[in-house]
Amino acid sequence: MLKMTHLQKVYRTHLIETHALRDFSIHVREGEFVAVTGPSGSGKTTFLNIAGLLEEFTGGEYWLDGVDVRGLDDNARSKLRNQKIGFIFQSFNLIPDLNLFDNVDVPLRYRGFAAADRRKRIEDALTRVGLASRVKHYPSELSGGQQQRVAIARALAGSPRLLMADEPTGNLDSLMARGVMELLEEVNRQGTTIVMVTHDPELAARAQRNVHVIDGQVTDFEEEPRMRGTEQHAGNRQSDLDAMSAA
Amino acid sequence: MFNYYLQLGLRSLRRNPVLTTLMVLGIALGIGASMTTLTVFHLMGSDPIPWKSDRLHYVQMDNWSEDNPYFDDGRPPDQVTYRDAVALMEAAKADRQAAMYKISMPVQPENPEVKPFLALGRATYSDFFAMFEPRFRYGGPWDRGQDAQHARVVVLNHATNETLFGGEDSVGKSVRMDGVDYTVIGVLGEWNLRFKFYDLTNGAFNAPEEFFMPFTTAIDTKKRASGNNSCWRTPGEGWDAYLDSDCIWIVMWVQLDSAVRRAEYLSFLDSYVGEQKQLGRFPRALNNRLLDVNAWMEDQQVVSRDVEVQVGLAFAFLLVCLINTIGLLLAKFTRRAGEIGLRRALGASRGQMFAQYMIESGVVGLSGGLLGLALTGLGLIAVRSLYAQYATVAQLDWSMVATTIALSIVAAVLAGLYPTWRACRVQPAAQLKM
Repeated sequence: MLKMTHLQKVYRTHLIETHALRDFSIHVREGEFVAVTGPSGSGKTTFLNIAGLLEEFTGGEYWLDGVDVRGLDDNARSKLRNQKIGFIFQSFNLIPDLNLFDNVDVPLRYRGFAAADRRKRIEDALTRVGLASRVKHYPSELSGGQQQRVAIARALAGSPRLLMADEPTGNLDSLMARGVMELLEEVNRQGTTIVMVTHDPELAARAQRNVHVIDGQVTDFEEEPRMRGTEQHAGNRQSDLDAMSAA
Repeated sequence: MFNYYLQLGLRSLRRNPVLTTLMVLGIALGIGASMTTLTVFHLMGSDPIPWKSDRLHYVQMDNWSEDNPYFDDGRPPDQVTYRDAVALMEAAKADRQAAMYKISMPVQPENPEVKPFLALGRATYSDFFAMFEPRFRYGGPWDRGQDAQHARVVVLNHATNETLFGGEDSVGKSVRMDGVDYTVIGVLGEWNLRFKFYDLTNGAFNAPEEFFMPFTTAIDTKKRASGNNSCWRTPGEGWDAYLDSDCIWIVMWVQLDSAVRRAEYLSFLDSYVGEQKQLGRFPRALNNRLLDVNAWMEDQQVVSRDVEVQVGLAFAFLLVCLINTIGLLLAKFTRRAGEIGLRRALGASRGQMFAQYMIESGVVGLSGGLLGLALTGLGLIAVRSLYAQYATVAQLDWSMVATTIALSIVAAVLAGLYPTWRACRVQPAAQLKM
């Protein structure tokens, strides 16, 4: 699903060069729930930006769902991002003056779905996160946990293959955080691959596999993913031999 | 996607009412000022009779003093003498021709309830009506036979017929003017000329006359011109000497239906002046001109330099308003960097974001344009109340309404280009806590 090999990311100013990622390799298979952990400044945000096609990389290879993303122009990257990836942000990032329906509609508009298809997808996605009755509400009328559920609905509405979550419970209290995590686990059980960046070891422990990043390199990973025990994902129980670290 | 961007643009206007009001007001003020002056400019300079303006020609011949040109720049005089006007009318070399001059006569109504009044009129030939095409409400013009017979007939304008006959069909009725009874032969409908292009020597923005009568009849009854009258040497005593003098007080128009006809007529004029030179007249070098309606308007500077300067200043003001709008749009779009980053992350390409923000700028422009149109209306009311002579040209027509809307959208889109370009350069990753 997501494969990076020997990836480099260097930020250059006229004074210094900063190596945010160096010889960074990772392989996330379809259906996995991977937690990327590491201290601040370790490069996990850069990894997520590059993985989400929001930033270019300096060297190495990155394949997303079988597509080599090197050299793709802005249009192609935007299209690929729209089709393949759903984002969940720490601060929800809902548009305050759009109601829930219109917020979930945003990625679908860029996808070019017909109106009836969009409506069905939006209603299905909001039903999935338990907010179907509140389509006309605005984000400010919801609790933090509910807002994050809307963000998850928005990420799911376009049926992406990969969900990228950045500290999805970082702004939530523990009760709401638990609810959001259960929802993500449910989504993963239904087949969506999830890559989650987090500081929280407790949260990371709920993922099938942890990848630890320090100084822009993957330093530690579990070769054997701990897969959830569902029938349809039995195939993913095989050891993840391809999950290569830089070392 | 256009509809989606349009919805977003409208929603965005509501999002920050103060900023929106400032932007819309800025564009509206600039548009209002520039369109007010542009409307006056446009209507002043526009062709008053587009279907035949290239066929109607103003006749000029230089009969002026050898020592002093009529105009310093050497252009021939702007009117002709009685002798020459009559000679040209009798020669009848053009497809149509009409000599004319301005007269004023006291009208003595039969109805005792209507007080006598002084009316401004035009003495001309029957071809005038076919050449300048005023519409008749009742009756019609006199004919060439009546020109020849010096017939005591009159064509009233709409308002005079209203005053004298309460707006009824007065054809065949009699009107006493300056002690002579004239039979009404026709009544004009409303004739809303933006300016009186057929006689620019007596104020381009005066209304058409209250009555029209045959030139020959006015001469018969010794009606002197109440318009411009210029002489380069003193005429002799008496009416006949005046008619025979070198004084110019008559406007002469001819209709020439093709370029060939025009060339023929100019050649005729040249030979006519040549003959007159033999008789000791026309001491100056040959200097005949046949300008068509638009060339004549330009020659007479119907659109004055003042109006051109005003238009320039108003557009400079619009530019200032647009620069202000650029600043406000920049502030508005910069504040939305987070949303831009988010939309990019959710799949919008740079091109799509560009389109969205350009359409939003267009929506601001459209709103400014609509308000600007209202301000233009107010501006034109102000022009009409301040300058009565511009009343006929200070009117909005459909082409100017369309121009106003188009100009404001184009102006706002241009103002939005730089802020939009800046907005689209936002790095999505930098705007999202990833």
